Amino acid sequence: MKIAFASGKGGTGKTTVAVNIANILQQTGVDVQLLDCDVEEPNAHLFLLPRIDWSVPATVRRPEVAEEHCTGCGVCAEFCEYNAITVLKTTVLVFPELCHGCGVCAEFCPERIITESDRAIGVIEGGAAGGIGFVQGRLNVGEVLAPPLINQVKEKAPAAAVTLVDCPPGTSCPVIEAVRGMDLVVLVSEPTPFGFYDLTLMATTLKTLDIPSGVVVNRCDIGNDELYRFCRREGLPILAEIPHDRRIAECYSRGVLITEALPEYRELFADLWKRVIDSLPSPPDREGREGTGTSP
Amino acid sequence: MKIAVTAQKPGWTEPLDNRFGRAAWFVIVDGETKKWTAAENLQNRQAAQGAGIQAAAAIIDRQAQVLLSGNVGPKAFRVLQAGGVRMYRTDTAKQRTVADAVAAWERGELEEITAATTEGHSI
Amino acid sequence: MTKEITILSGKGGAGKTTVAGALATLARNAVLIDADVDAPDLHLLLQPRIRRSETFYGSKKARIIAADCTHCGLCVDACRFDAITPGEPPEISFFFCEGCGMCYRICPAEAIEFAEARTGEWYVSDTDYGPMVHARLDPAQGNSGKLVSLVREEGRKIAAANQAEYILTDGPPGIGCPVIASLAGTDFVLVVTEPTPAGEHDLRRLAELLGLFKIPAGLCLNKWDLNPEMAARMEAAGRELGMEAVGGIRFDLTTVTAQLEGRTVMDYPASPAATDIGDLWKNVEKLLKKNDSAGR
Repeated sequence: MKIAFASGKGGTGKTTVAVNIANILQQTGVDVQLLDCDVEEPNAHLFLLPRIDWSVPATVRRPEVAEEHCTGCGVCAEFCEYNAITVLKTTVLVFPELCHGCGVCAEFCPERIITESDRAIGVIEGGAAGGIGFVQGRLNVGEVLAPPLINQVKEKAPAAAVTLVDCPPGTSCPVIEAVRGMDLVVLVSEPTPFGFYDLTLMATTLKTLDIPSGVVVNRCDIGNDELYRFCRREGLPILAEIPHDRRIAECYSRGVLITEALPEYRELFADLWKRVIDSLPSPPDREGREGTGTSP
Repeated sequence: MKIAVTAQKPGWTEPLDNRFGRAAWFVIVDGETKKWTAAENLQNRQAAQGAGIQAAAAIIDRQAQVLLSGNVGPKAFRVLQAGGVRMYRTDTAKQRTVADAVAAWERGELEEITAATTEGHSI
Repeated sequence: MTKEITILSGKGGAGKTTVAGALATLARNAVLIDADVDAPDLHLLLQPRIRRSETFYGSKKARIIAADCTHCGLCVDACRFDAITPGEPPEISFFFCEGCGMCYRICPAEAIEFAEARTGEWYVSDTDYGPMVHARLDPAQGNSGKLVSLVREEGRKIAAANQAEYILTDGPPGIGCPVIASLAGTDFVLVVTEPTPAGEHDLRRLAELLGLFKIPAGLCLNKWDLNPEMAARMEAAGRELGMEAVGGIRFDLTTVTAQLEGRTVMDYPASPAATDIGDLWKNVEKLLKKNDSAGR
């Protein structure tokens, strides 16, 4: 089972919810792992303090041109949609930082003199925090290609009964890559205008991608009820409500787990998980939906 | 010899544009006759990526051998250098217009750019 | 000469937009830009009146012409982004298509169209505090970096026409593609973050990025009084990384009240947050003047 935690707006508590769910599951003996796919700013490790057992470079492909055989035809530069290759007479300049690794230049070079090599854009690290399997990606500073790194984090992760994915903020390519293939996305939001507005963007995105979702209302007692009305209208289940509690903020600022420091919240997270399971589209329903080809 | 100058508008007495890749216009001046032509850089200004690279290629296409501009990023620098274009840095505090820049270059007052003057933006 | 100030944070939800909205009321003769095009929130505070809206064509997208397709499956194998699902005919996902053109060029039946596609919208608006340029990506769309470049370019045009003193940009979270797009050519970065382990961790990565681009930056700790020790430590770390401390904002729920009313916190002049942001702006202006006279 694969569950992601996303929000649209940053700082609404995605990571907090994800790491505490992981902790609750491990306490009940579930084979669980957490993948930190916020590769620009990975933070889950600050709470889980995992032991890192392995680390591999994340790479994208880049072209290498055997210039001595180049006729200067310029096809590679003309076909590259990312401006990553320029041809001046028979000098070929490659700009790896712009290359998306699509392979078009190598495929269509009439002289077949373009090969591809690997270029590191970050690292993928894995290990465990107690009974929680852990994998995270870290994008090198100055790199822009977060989506391929996120893709590789998910590919390199071992199989587990439950995989939890901590997503980056926002609603564009990195998040879309992170939620790809998920059974359900937990949207962590707060009932403020910013939280609400960004939730509507993310909910629409998930609807477009045909991925089911549910909502965790964090700091549920500040703000107004617009978010609740939206969830009712859209048929989004409320998975949990977390009160505005200064002690929770303190846990966060000390980097400790709520479910360790404040045992009275364990039940809240256990219930949250139960609702996640209940909200999963049941297998026959899924098949039926795909069979008729209608979207929910 | 053709000289390319980055400018905010097309014209001999128009103000310089400090940017290279995202400059509004390139004014191409014939060094001897001072006749000029201009090319708008609209396509590149809105390019997400590689504006400098495309701008550099455009300058080389127009057979400019000299570029007068404020800042040249590392990607554009690589292309211009490979294309044999010599780059000189204008200073908008001292030269205001295309004419000012060309005159200052002729007097040898402009510093030659021998390394990228701004960090590139990979996007 | 117009001064461009960009507000960033690394970690999301740290108060960028609250500060950007407040500074919009303080900066005289400014052009305002919301560069968080994934999850834009500044309009919720500044209530822009849209004067002009334009379609954003963010990427080329490939589409199969079913009638011409011979079901050979070449495109499925050639796509490096797993965007094509096998079938008769295969299906190209609009969301996962990277716009590289591989399938379009490789298709022997010329059964694939490849054209610029709408992926969002951008707006030029009026606010009570000056013109504003903002945008919105369509649900599940990518290439936000390109849209960020576009809104900034439009903002500059308006600033040049108005001889504006400032361009004030509310930036995206993270350190990746849209953030890098929001940095090019900016004069000063105001980093707004919070004293938490995640805030501290992300500050270092952001500082590294700003170092790469050699852009002067100032640091403002939001909610610093929640953890004064950590705040002091982060200010010291910031100084080492080349960021001058330019202010601190006390924890103040007035920011939520203001948000609920759709106003900036400066409309509550007696509030601690408004007082602190007033001081922050004075310091930023002073620092900009100093940088200016130092000859940059």
